Amino acid sequence: MRIFEIFTEKNRVLLKAMVSTDFKLRYQQSFLGYIWSVLKPLLLFSVMYMVFVRFLKFGADVPHFSVGLLLGITMWNFFAETTAGAMGSVVSHGDLMRKINFSKFVVVISSALSALINFAINFVVVLIFALINGVQISWSALLIIPLTLELFVISLGVGFFLGALYVTFRDLSPIWEVVMQAGFYATPIIYPVSLVATNLGPHYGPLLSRLILLNPLAQIVQDARHVLIAPENPTIWESFSNPLISMIPVLLCILIFIGGVSYFSSKSKNFAELV
Amino acid sequence: MTDTVQNNRNAADDVALSVRNVSKSFKLPTDRTNSLKVSILNWIHGIRGYRVQEVLKDISFDVHKGDFFGIVGKNGSGKSTLLKIVSQIYSPDSGSVESDGKLVPFIELGVGFNPELTGRENVYLNGAMLGFTNDEIDAMYDDIVDFAELHDFMEQKLKNYSSGMQVRLAFSVAIKSQGDILVLDEVLAVGDEAFQKKCQDYFFEAKRQKKTIILVTHSMGDVRRYCNRAMFIQDGHVAQIGDPDEIADAYSNSFLGTVRSDNEHPEGASETAIKLDSIKVLADGEEQKYLDKYEDFDIEVVFSNDQPVESSALRVDVVDGRGWLAFSLPERGTAAQVLQPGQHRIVYRVQNTLAFGDFHVDVAFDNGVKRFIIAPGAYQFHMRGYAVAAMPLTVPPTTVVIDGV
Repeated sequence: MRIFEIFTEKNRVLLKAMVSTDFKLRYQQSFLGYIWSVLKPLLLFSVMYMVFVRFLKFGADVPHFSVGLLLGITMWNFFAETTAGAMGSVVSHGDLMRKINFSKFVVVISSALSALINFAINFVVVLIFALINGVQISWSALLIIPLTLELFVISLGVGFFLGALYVTFRDLSPIWEVVMQAGFYATPIIYPVSLVATNLGPHYGPLLSRLILLNPLAQIVQDARHVLIAPENPTIWESFSNPLISMIPVLLCILIFIGGVSYFSSKSKNFAELV
Repeated sequence: MTDTVQNNRNAADDVALSVRNVSKSFKLPTDRTNSLKVSILNWIHGIRGYRVQEVLKDISFDVHKGDFFGIVGKNGSGKSTLLKIVSQIYSPDSGSVESDGKLVPFIELGVGFNPELTGRENVYLNGAMLGFTNDEIDAMYDDIVDFAELHDFMEQKLKNYSSGMQVRLAFSVAIKSQGDILVLDEVLAVGDEAFQKKCQDYFFEAKRQKKTIILVTHSMGDVRRYCNRAMFIQDGHVAQIGDPDEIADAYSNSFLGTVRSDNEHPEGASETAIKLDSIKVLADGEEQKYLDKYEDFDIEVVFSNDQPVESSALRVDVVDGRGWLAFSLPERGTAAQVLQPGQHRIVYRVQNTLAFGDFHVDVAFDNGVKRFIIAPGAYQFHMRGYAVAAMPLTVPPTTVVIDGV
């Protein structure tokens, strides 16, 4: 498969050069510089915290819900940043593609890696916040690594689709914004899963609260909360008795990734003419 | 298929780039179809929304190792598309392109240069985009900086460079990059005179070292000076391939007859009383197609007339490669004599002040009322030298000899 060409030395060098350029230039002209990559999610979090935790009293039954909220926002932001960046990446590098031949995968992966660096910085903030809040971090927290990998894989998979599609359909940008907005509320980030169960009553509540976890993003966020913050956070693994159903979100991630890569692969040879 | 490949193995050993039966067409949108609405509407109405334009038709050629290969063609003839296919930026509809060695394309200088980065960072970024590893760039970095003469500026941000400095840096990256095949698209005319001279030296050096270079240009002077083989592309076909002088002539000739002003009436040539027998450019008595700078030359015209004409009625126009008149002989106001019917020979001794480039000679008949071009492009010659001298605006000093008298 052509995706493996990104592991050649030539493409690794290019990837490194692009990511480091992006990192150097990100907050070039701003007064606070890199502090913004921490400050922005923190400010966003403060707003959500005030609205949903203080006023609406979400998550009173979940221990350390505010930490979970911050973790959820951080993970969602990574997904949002990667997909939006990947969508524009092919088009914004159109000038390059018309003039030199290089692996087109590189532009999408470089935007995902830039987002990953941001995620890493934010994750440190989450950890500090968790410790201040008195969260007991156990060895199981290491499971956050495969979860991050899963998040990276699905973000990249969706990113490949969007990047290739955006070349011919520029309407995708506003559409995707709306989809992301809907996705944000469909994923249990600002509200705990238990809220769904209590609000929808005994009939549909438990069923829907389980169905919600079939969404890969929901599965990832809940799993991360479960292993890092409090085991009381429900996960898909205890929601379904059939392990095959529990595997659905992970399988979806892998399928989306393979689909995205092959779609991007088939479209990429014509990018130079189309952008 | 494999058999032919095997058989050609020996002959193909020194082939650096092999292009076989390459065709390419583009879908030109007739309407803006990169929005969802238009696409869906077109799909519903069964409109394709584009028309197909064939740009390259069945192109085949080889570039051998050590060739300085020129590609010429008019605007829109498909040479840039061909270059992009050779550089694997576009994929051909059919046919194949095979290159032996690392091909480094420079469709445009300074691709991916970022104004917010320093000169040094840009060299490394540009190098990475062209497919070099950091070690390879380390090895050529000093050479690049030397050639660009920008030692004191490498830690400065690119946005603080003058445009000339940016171009110099970009061109140095292009020239000093250690690829096996270098593809250059009209990038020669950059920088000040001293830098141009340096580039020229580099090209001669590269030619001597047998580097493989593919050059797309509109300058026939460059084709004649640097190239050892050339190709002329016309309307997506290979019109001619081979000796650079012949290619340059063919290219220049293809423009003849395309630009005509109102006072020229080639169709009226039969009304004239003069028939051109021969025309030659001579230097030291020898016929010459190439002239050195300041090398004086003779234009010898032999013609027949069936009725008496004034010698000044026969006009010899020297026209440069752009179709601009350099000068017209004989100079207005010089004494003319009446020539009786018969064959005559006029020789103009021209003191050469022409600039570098291609020239051709048109022969015209001027009866005082109307002017007829008898023989457009009757003779072609080329001035050697650099593209730096200015064009003369006046008729150069000439002496006229009629019938050897």
